[in-house]
Amino acid sequence: MPELRLSQAPAHVRHGSNIGQPLTRRDGILKVTGTARFAADNHLPGMLYAVIATSSIARGRVTFLDVEAAKHHPGIVDVMTPAHKPPLAVDPEAKTNPFAFRLDLLHSDRVRYANQPIAVVIAESLEAATQGAKLLAPRYEAEPARVGLDANESYVPPSVGLFNQAEVQHGDANAALAAAPMRIEATYETPAQYHNAMEPHGVVAAWDGDTLSLDMPTQGLVMTRARIAELFGIAPEHIHIRSPFLGGGFGSKGIAVGPQILGIMAARLVGRPVKLVLGREQMYGPVGHRSATRQTMRIGADRDGTLTAIAHHAKISTSTFDDFYEPAADASHPLYASPAIATSHEAVRLDIGTPLFMRAPGEATGSIVLESVLDEAAWACRMDPLAFRIKNYAEVEPMSGRPFSSKRLRECYAQGAQRFGWSQRPLAPRQMRDDAGLLVGWGMGTAIFPALMFEAQARAVLRSDGTGVVESGTHDMGQGAWTAFAQIAADSLGLDLEQIEFKAGTSDLPDAGIAGGSAHTATAGSAIQDAGAAVIAKLADLATRDQHSPLFGAGNAGVIARGGRLFRRDDETRSESYADILRRAGVNELEARGKGAIDPAAQANYAMYAHGAVFAEVKVDPELGQIRATRMVGAFAVGRIINPKLVRSQLFGGMIWGQSFALNEEAITDRRSGRIINANLAEYHIPVHADVGALDVITVDEHDPHVNALGIKGVGEIGVVGSAGAVANAVWHATGVRVRRFPIRIDDVLEG
Amino acid sequence: MINFQYVRANSIADAVNLIADDPAAKFVAGGTNLIDLMKMDVEQPTKLIDISRLALDKVEDTAEGGLRIGAMVRNSDLAYHPAVEARYPVLSSAIRAGASQQLRNMASTGGNLLQRTRCAYFYDIALPCNKRTPGSGCGALAGHNRMHAILGTSDACIAVFPSDMCVALALLEARVHVSGPNGARTIAFDAFHRLPGETPQRDNNLEPGEMIVAVELPSAGFASNYSYLKIRDRLSYAFALVSVGVGLEIADGRIKAARLALGGVAHKPWRDTRAEAALAGQAANEAVFRQAADIVLRDARGFGHNNFKIELARRAIIRALTQAANGTPQSQSNKKIA
Repeated sequence: MPELRLSQAPAHVRHGSNIGQPLTRRDGILKVTGTARFAADNHLPGMLYAVIATSSIARGRVTFLDVEAAKHHPGIVDVMTPAHKPPLAVDPEAKTNPFAFRLDLLHSDRVRYANQPIAVVIAESLEAATQGAKLLAPRYEAEPARVGLDANESYVPPSVGLFNQAEVQHGDANAALAAAPMRIEATYETPAQYHNAMEPHGVVAAWDGDTLSLDMPTQGLVMTRARIAELFGIAPEHIHIRSPFLGGGFGSKGIAVGPQILGIMAARLVGRPVKLVLGREQMYGPVGHRSATRQTMRIGADRDGTLTAIAHHAKISTSTFDDFYEPAADASHPLYASPAIATSHEAVRLDIGTPLFMRAPGEATGSIVLESVLDEAAWACRMDPLAFRIKNYAEVEPMSGRPFSSKRLRECYAQGAQRFGWSQRPLAPRQMRDDAGLLVGWGMGTAIFPALMFEAQARAVLRSDGTGVVESGTHDMGQGAWTAFAQIAADSLGLDLEQIEFKAGTSDLPDAGIAGGSAHTATAGSAIQDAGAAVIAKLADLATRDQHSPLFGAGNAGVIARGGRLFRRDDETRSESYADILRRAGVNELEARGKGAIDPAAQANYAMYAHGAVFAEVKVDPELGQIRATRMVGAFAVGRIINPKLVRSQLFGGMIWGQSFALNEEAITDRRSGRIINANLAEYHIPVHADVGALDVITVDEHDPHVNALGIKGVGEIGVVGSAGAVANAVWHATGVRVRRFPIRIDDVLEG
Repeated sequence: MINFQYVRANSIADAVNLIADDPAAKFVAGGTNLIDLMKMDVEQPTKLIDISRLALDKVEDTAEGGLRIGAMVRNSDLAYHPAVEARYPVLSSAIRAGASQQLRNMASTGGNLLQRTRCAYFYDIALPCNKRTPGSGCGALAGHNRMHAILGTSDACIAVFPSDMCVALALLEARVHVSGPNGARTIAFDAFHRLPGETPQRDNNLEPGEMIVAVELPSAGFASNYSYLKIRDRLSYAFALVSVGVGLEIADGRIKAARLALGGVAHKPWRDTRAEAALAGQAANEAVFRQAADIVLRDARGFGHNNFKIELARRAIIRALTQAANGTPQSQSNKKIA
């Protein structure tokens, strides 16, 4: 295997003392004191308020809007409807690129899902706009809503997730299943779930001629800017987006959503700045969700527990007008060794908003089923679930045979099991009780998430006073990105954190790609590292060519950047400060740019994943069925850790999300109307504090020379994967009841 | 939400006069339910009469050895009031089982009695609901009805009354003091809330223009043997699937008197005096408790998604009675069910 260039540290670099420190997030004080300015906190002079009127039906046509009644209401400035709206440069239905999802921008009177925007009322106050939206009193020509996975004919989708094949076969799964001495087949259902970021989607838009200023949360500044530029037919450079903080995104703020575009259209229509913010209930429709799934798994094994076949089929839904296919079955590709693996998807078109990426898309839905069925298989073989998984440990990527760039899953299993006390687990279910008589169950699941990278750029500057500036338009969704990137930036320049300024969160900065796929730190961090290293290389070049520098002639030996000084690598008594080098060279600012991207050669040769093992304990009241998640231990091998405190928080959050998947989350749709009837945070349940038991996170040391120069794998999503299955399996172990629909609730356990 | 007027009442008489002038007006106190309903257009009052500053925020002993709770006493203040904690712990416990700390800090005693159902069909004006729009039909009957009633339902409505506090007030036989255009009167708690029948739009027997001024507790507080057990989908900030309030008087291992009320199962706090009578005089054991539970649930009926509530209620009644008899009431801070 050839050594790959990107995996080698550049000559002039040293990882300083910032990376690896558990620094407290830099935005923490702003957040807890309410002084962090989120998009909707902006109030511009002369600004108007826009409120969206949404459809109450799921399918049909709007036949009448009482625009006159709305316009007569005091304070109403204008009402934007399909008949009265500013022109767009392209059809919002046009699929100009794979990420250009079809948006509902009042381009037709068709209603394609409940809560679809059908008009926008613009007023001097939020109250007036809100009442104006009510006064529209729409009338409809309604057609029967098609909701639920059986409501339409199914088909094989053209692809799933991001261009994955809908049907994949490795070996002959059917033949292997037919021949297998042990066969498990089970069908599971997962419900539709909604992102429910704490901060609703919104925008404050101000036009100045063809120049557009925007405050809006986005996980992808430059992609969002490009989409807006295309829709309005203006140059991207004429759009300035500020997105310093996001109150969560989880995939639903990846690119501009329809309602944000409507806010920009409204501003264009009235020629004044406009603020538009969604209400919580309006987030159930036009801004994406996680598809409901029905998954059938067939597993074949030898009597000793060796897997011989995995066949994973997922039925999923998309909207009637666009394609997003939750790649649920793909969860069975990378994790367990099996000579035959077959995955397939079928889809139905429903009268729902288009589904979208939602934290661990495909991984979360597929993993909870895979881990549950694997648990069923382990029990069928009367094997410990952990031993069963280790028995089928994949030494190479199962489908491709590629080696892993690094994989310390065995250590995750071992350290997690040890911390949890897994060895004390009785094999059979319903064997453990606590002092109060509650049933106790222990379950586990394996976590895996691809170590992805997209593309990002950064710019680094050294100033003559020896301080630095690093710029990359990164996104802090609440995960602490500003802090982690600043740590990388400081180290890349060999400076203390206090000596650098890190600029992020606006669209005029170098493109940091998208905060998604758990790849933001790896991608933008690599760009920052690259830019810093490049500027240090320039500085070293100045010094080593300068006869007056103590570093003169050190070019071949190389230098080390540390604490604002360059040191000769082979003789650290010879050094000089950045300020002195620059001053003598008469250079005011030294600038360099860097980029981060996957190394295609490394990607071709290695399978790259983060791994983990999650162990969960639940207690269940034997008569009342009340389930309590009491304890979870997660051990993760996620490459280099930039900030242990932030990583721990990310993993905790993911694990709680997994628990939520197993026990709480579900959007409930009224089948006759197609309306979601729990579109609020009182009734769309996620765990509250009382529901979260003791959490413990272990990070297993892992050095990966191939994923990227920094060795980062990403932690944003892996916490969800494995955790959901671990909790579900713990419920089975406590009760002996295998619940095959999620979330698992009291009634399921009582009736099971 | 539509525009509305806001006025502040200076006295009970003032409040009663203000509402008499304007039938489309509503009283507002904590606003924890009404404001949401207004935002969703379920309620469209033209005027809000703020009664939250009226001097009805006292908890006072009565001459009969009971307690008189002003209608404006906040749920949090009531739950942690020393007299309530000492003499009526089942009330304290039930309040703490409800809503969230923030909501309890705002919600008033009178308002708690007047909160409306949490039925999703009631809240969504695009869907049919006889309670919201009489004659439009019941969306829940053939819709999603997992949270709905199993007792005292009608073809017109299967919604449940969501309060926890009122379950305790029902078993304590509280009396509701009201003032209105025709003067003051007192309503027995059991007669305060209604079953849906053919008029589900009426939650209770308040007459137009009447306001709650106080809730009075008789002396019997069942402080030694009580429990409030709430079964819900998560351990806080969730409405009850089933809740059970119990108060027992026990002497020499036998039940002298029993009170039993359920929440989350009917259009009102569900008290069954026949089950209580069946418990009286019996030994405190599981067979007796089961018998009582069977009496409570003899006419229970499910509507599909909520069928499980019948068996869950049976088990919850037995558990709550056991907790009360053993003197080990359900804790509301450590939510572990004991």
